[in-house]
Amino acid sequence: MTRKEEVLQDVVIKFAGDSGDGMQLTGSQFTNNTALLGIDLATFPDFPAEIRAPQGTLPGVSGYQLRFSSDRVFTPGDECDVLVAMNAAALKSNLGSLKKGGKIIANTDGFDQKNLRLANYPDGVNPLLDDSLSNYEVIKMDVTKMTREALKDITMGVKEKDRAKNMFVLGFLYWMYNRNMDNTTTFIREKFGKKPEIMESNIKVLQAGFNYGDTTETFTTRFKVEKAKMEPGAYRSIMGNQALAYGLIAASQKSGLSLFLGSYPITPASDVLHELSRHKAFGVRTFQAEDEIAAITTAIGASYGGSLGVTTTSGPGMALKAEAMGLAVMLEIPLVICNIQRGGPSTGLPTKTEQSDLLQAYYGRNGECPMPVVAASTPSDCFDAVFEAVRISVEHMTPVIFLSDGYIANGAEPWKFPKSSDLPAIKVEFKKELAADEEKFQPYVRDEKLSRPWAIPGTAGFEHRIGGLEKQNITGNISYDPANHQEMVRIRQEKVDRVADYIPLQQLDSGPETGDILVLGWGSTYGAIKSAVSELQKEGVSVSHAHLRYLRPFPRNLGDVLRNFKKVLVPEINNGQLIKIIRDQFLVDAKGYNKIMGVPITKGEMKEQISTLLQK
Amino acid sequence: MSEVLKTSVPTLTPKDFATDQEVRWCPGCGDYSILAQVQKVMPGLGIPRENIVIISGIGCSSRFPYYMNTYGMHSIHGRATAIASGLKASRPELSVWVVTGDGDGLSIGGNHTMHLLRRNFDINILLFNNQIYGLTKGQYSPTSESKKVTKSTPFGSVDHPFNPLALAMGADATFIARTMDRDPKHLQQLLIRANQHKGASFLEIYQNCNIFNDGAFEIFTEKSSKPDETLFLEQGKPLIFGAQQNKGIKLDGFKPIVIELSEGHSPSDLWIHDERDFYKGQILVRMFEDPRIEGHLPRPFGVFYETDRPTYEDVLNLQIEEVVATKGKGDLDKLLRGNETWTIL
Repeated sequence: MTRKEEVLQDVVIKFAGDSGDGMQLTGSQFTNNTALLGIDLATFPDFPAEIRAPQGTLPGVSGYQLRFSSDRVFTPGDECDVLVAMNAAALKSNLGSLKKGGKIIANTDGFDQKNLRLANYPDGVNPLLDDSLSNYEVIKMDVTKMTREALKDITMGVKEKDRAKNMFVLGFLYWMYNRNMDNTTTFIREKFGKKPEIMESNIKVLQAGFNYGDTTETFTTRFKVEKAKMEPGAYRSIMGNQALAYGLIAASQKSGLSLFLGSYPITPASDVLHELSRHKAFGVRTFQAEDEIAAITTAIGASYGGSLGVTTTSGPGMALKAEAMGLAVMLEIPLVICNIQRGGPSTGLPTKTEQSDLLQAYYGRNGECPMPVVAASTPSDCFDAVFEAVRISVEHMTPVIFLSDGYIANGAEPWKFPKSSDLPAIKVEFKKELAADEEKFQPYVRDEKLSRPWAIPGTAGFEHRIGGLEKQNITGNISYDPANHQEMVRIRQEKVDRVADYIPLQQLDSGPETGDILVLGWGSTYGAIKSAVSELQKEGVSVSHAHLRYLRPFPRNLGDVLRNFKKVLVPEINNGQLIKIIRDQFLVDAKGYNKIMGVPITKGEMKEQISTLLQK
Repeated sequence: MSEVLKTSVPTLTPKDFATDQEVRWCPGCGDYSILAQVQKVMPGLGIPRENIVIISGIGCSSRFPYYMNTYGMHSIHGRATAIASGLKASRPELSVWVVTGDGDGLSIGGNHTMHLLRRNFDINILLFNNQIYGLTKGQYSPTSESKKVTKSTPFGSVDHPFNPLALAMGADATFIARTMDRDPKHLQQLLIRANQHKGASFLEIYQNCNIFNDGAFEIFTEKSSKPDETLFLEQGKPLIFGAQQNKGIKLDGFKPIVIELSEGHSPSDLWIHDERDFYKGQILVRMFEDPRIEGHLPRPFGVFYETDRPTYEDVLNLQIEEVVATKGKGDLDKLLRGNETWTIL
């Protein structure tokens, strides 16, 4: 029979199933396969906080959204073209985001009476059997049955066999999008190399899924998405937490400081600990501490000894580390604190994304306790942003907070990775000798950046004591002198403010330099703002976009940038945090758009907000 | 501490370890004696001053680093043990000392203390125990005796006190010892022993707070009562105490009992101290009876238990060496490139 091949520009697939169905793995495999073809992409994994929420229920649904395109993409897409529903709950909780006319690939076995009941469908109602899905193209397949059939010659328990059913769907999608499956078979061989039965069954089922598409005559069209027009160069796929870990290793190499990570497992930051612990060949020391406080204080100890001390955490951990951050501010030693933000307060929404720790990063410590703050805007940007955080920390002798969030941390995108020789060196000078004009070593004497010398234990003649008590300027001795305290508070603030002389000026991401409206963002809203602004610009709207990496201090020209626009919109996944600081520092009547639902802002929502504010 | 660099050490004196900072403990505080003994012992350890780091938390005792001309950090409450762990993990060649107190090390920082011991960093913990909160002016501490009347317990404390050495034993510390501020010789000996031990050394030092808890350890330190109330442990020697050295400890099953040597018993009937005996060590740390109770056992001083276990920093750094030996030194370009790349022309 003849088969058509249809070329598409932009596709959004959502893989949805029970949290034990392997949807994250399926999604990430399809993502890697897509990336290797040079197609641009963005992903959004979305999973429950429970490792195995009650099977078949709505809270137990785990999803992975992938958008791929021959154009550049910056968001995982507002709506899906294809929904893979492994069970009734997965269909019910994701149908709302499926485009009219979109495809549903449904595993019929996941729509039995039990699953329908668990998904809260009324008795006797099965959406696959009534006409409620008539607006969609429904592809029904009994994945469970076909998986078992493919494995009938393998002696394994049914439960074990059923674990491979995500591979059937993956194989089918590979067929549907005309893919070569080599990367996944290699992956399976490496992952299950020591368990030949599991390896074999996964490959068999993957192949069976592919063959099902190939041999079943119902499927007449295969789809293809062409390569995206991206900047020439070598690319790979990267996730945010991975990029963060690589950025830290690169900064360690470029500064010549050995990397010490003190960390306590916490969602969604744990993957940074996992990743860094694999790279001992770079001399990386990872320390899984007994708690969040030990995680940061061990890093302070390592920093004091001349290592690059880093701690990684999420909001609740930041709260616990606050006192130790204050110590690092007083000690004036390098330290990088990475906060992969999640929904709060308290335990909040551990697996959902939010940007609600900006004010905590700014102000969340006792006393006047300023620290530079740097934020990443996309998964691959974690690499550059954390490299900058390290540079500022080391060159300015100050702790620095790096902000990411769950959306960036778990999202993937193509990355035009740098060559190590293209990365700038990070300047580190340990104090080892007195300068000509120095009589004796003074631990709190300062240079033009107002940073103090870093004399590490083991350096003869530079023995000194530092601590959390207020210290006399220059000598570092304990001081309770009122005027000295005021002066030290001023110096510590000025020191952070002067970082602004060592960071780039704020550039516009797109749009005219003056105009009706500027959208000012920070962090993971980048993709949605960029896409919305770009579409509006094509529609002839005068709108510009600036995205902040340096949140404290701000680039020197930020005030001028803001005042060039009649209106400023600050979209945030919080209740309005950056906007408070902007209004405070620049007296600009900025307007906020605040979505606090544990999910990213979509392009559609962003466009609507911009248009609405323009019309006011 | 045996592997710490000992090269080209100039002859130092206790004065070389003093700083120009005025010591600001209350006159008569037991901390003065401890500081003096540490300064006396340090020159003889053969460690260059620049390789010694003293880290403290918060409390009266934690002012210690300011008075020692070494590297030092006066950190935050309870976290000295964790800061020291991070330093030692990354700079194993340094001689790292933690100065902490009963509140700092056992209350707010109890968690880090037990984990440092469990991990067995080669760090010397000097825990100054005065059974009171001195810096905050006199609240009971986790080692205060029960029913203690303090500012925060006007009707007497309802807390049960910690037994610090049993806690250390429970955390699998590899060196467990007790001494007192009023016995300078013994204190010096035990500082040397703690330093010699390769692994985490937990040295509890009874320290008198003459302002808020004066005389807390009087019964153990005063000439009149010391001989009958204390038991000085010596390796390989029977457990003998008393003004006339006429009393001893014998094990009745698992229970230590006091016997009079004059009543037909000979020293060979007694418990012979063996610092390496794990099971007897458990019993010894439990000889912690309230001296207010009639018929209580004497309080032991000395090295209760010592054992050898690989230190955290050695194993950590060995792991790095092994990975580098098998995989080669990390190549940043290889890391950034990963396994799967594509090229856009």
